[in-house]
Amino acid sequence: MIDARNVVKVFTGRGQVVRAVDDVSTTVDKGEVVVIIGPSGSGKSTFLRCLNGLEIFDSGHVVIDGKDLANRKTDLNKVRAEVGMVFQQFNLFPHKSVLENIALAQRIVRRRGGDEATEKARLLLQKVGIPEKENEYPSRLSGGQQQRVAIARALAMDPKVMLFDEPTSALDPEMVGEVLDVMKQLAREGMTMVVVTHEMGFAREVADRVLFMDYGKLVEEGTPEHFFTEPREERTKLFLNQVL
Amino acid sequence: MVSTQRLWLWKLLLAVILIGMAAGTWGAVNRIDYTWRWNRVPQYFFYQAEESHQIPFDGQVSRIINAEGTSTVTLTSESGEVVQVAVGTDTLRVSEGEDLFEDDTIGFTTEWSLGPLMTGLWTTLWLSAGASVLALIIGLLTGLARISKNYTLRGMAAIYVEFIRGTPLLVQIFIAYFFIGTVFDLSRNVAGMGALAIFAGAYVAEIVRAGIQSISRGQMEAARSLGMNLIQAMVYIILPQAFKRILPPLAGQFISLIKDSSLVSVIAITDLTKSGREIITSTFATFEIWLTIAAMYLIITSVLSQLVFYMERRLSISD
Repeated sequence: MIDARNVVKVFTGRGQVVRAVDDVSTTVDKGEVVVIIGPSGSGKSTFLRCLNGLEIFDSGHVVIDGKDLANRKTDLNKVRAEVGMVFQQFNLFPHKSVLENIALAQRIVRRRGGDEATEKARLLLQKVGIPEKENEYPSRLSGGQQQRVAIARALAMDPKVMLFDEPTSALDPEMVGEVLDVMKQLAREGMTMVVVTHEMGFAREVADRVLFMDYGKLVEEGTPEHFFTEPREERTKLFLNQVL
Repeated sequence: MVSTQRLWLWKLLLAVILIGMAAGTWGAVNRIDYTWRWNRVPQYFFYQAEESHQIPFDGQVSRIINAEGTSTVTLTSESGEVVQVAVGTDTLRVSEGEDLFEDDTIGFTTEWSLGPLMTGLWTTLWLSAGASVLALIIGLLTGLARISKNYTLRGMAAIYVEFIRGTPLLVQIFIAYFFIGTVFDLSRNVAGMGALAIFAGAYVAEIVRAGIQSISRGQMEAARSLGMNLIQAMVYIILPQAFKRILPPLAGQFISLIKDSSLVSVIAITDLTKSGREIITSTFATFEIWLTIAAMYLIITSVLSQLVFYMERRLSISD
């Protein structure tokens, strides 16, 4: 489903050159849930953003469902429509009601009729557990509710893959659970997911595979059992000791 | 709570100051022995225009019917042609059976007409409205060009904005009319409206650019991550939010435009200001006319700011 090979992303600024993503290769199979962990600034979010072309990488290839993002002829908009993304800061559209947030892209990208889009939006709101909020504006919702609307908005495009960029990091602790529950449900339904998170519990419970990144490099990857019980690399052990 | 208890004191002080200023002005005017003639002003808003009616051929007055102050005169030509003309009874100059030559006056009718202050106001209004619409289009496109990734577009927009903001509007109006207008054979109205639109457009561009840049990057990223292209993301997501934010400065710019439109009187467009100058040359009621014109500008601009205030409240429902 996703095949990332030798992805490099370099940031330059003020005379400094930072290799934010340094030669990272991995594959994600259909239905697989991959969790990326690592310290702040390790490049895990940047790598995730390379996977839907939100960040233009400097070299390497990202092939999604047979389409290479590095190829100039690839229509990035079409690829992005197939790849849902959920952001740390939710990024709901504040000038649109909840229902319009979910229906808008269906209408203008998928060219669905207004009734069909609204119908689908209602169904998804039901799924994320807040059908009663359909006419509210995002500013009237709690953080957890906003993030669940953001998930519904991404799902409305019927994506083949869902990317989550620290979806619970901006939430108050009591709201983390409601968002993780929606994500767990998605994983159970067989959605292909790549999740950048600091929630080790979620990684252990839901992930098929865990990637550990540090200084832009992919340091170690493996199943949660292997990862949390007998990590090979020294840096992984150090990180796990700090967060667990 | 102390501040609200003492508020009436400050209100009283404000009233005293205003009354003091009015009295001071009054006193100063009295010293220079100016005769106020406010009664001359209303006729420049509306006046009764007299129109004379003539017989279109050589012929005879065959019949006159008087009713409610109006006389309907029936005229018959030598070849038998019949025409009816209605004039005011007290202005009637002919009697039944009288022989007339072509273009002899039969009488007059009076009609309420717009005076120069009203026609000037109308010119100012459509000039400003047209220039505002054009300025909005120019400003939107230039603002988008300013933040474009394309170097040429960015450069062109920057040069345009710099040039317009760095030269006086009065000079721009002269250039638009005497240079560009001569080369391309433009009428004074087109040159005037064009100069105003291009001037305001540069300021609108900066407002639009600032507005778009004030929307968080995450909005664009969210829109693009859903598969929208750049134009769709701009039209559906970024611009509606930016517009809400720039409404107050945009309104300020358009209010400035209405006031700046008074400068087009230098290329002989008869706007409100030019009308005022023309009236003064025939009445010498300098004080009254300029005060009246200031009040008229004030009324237009306050109506506009009230309108924007109302729009802002309507748009803030999603906050």
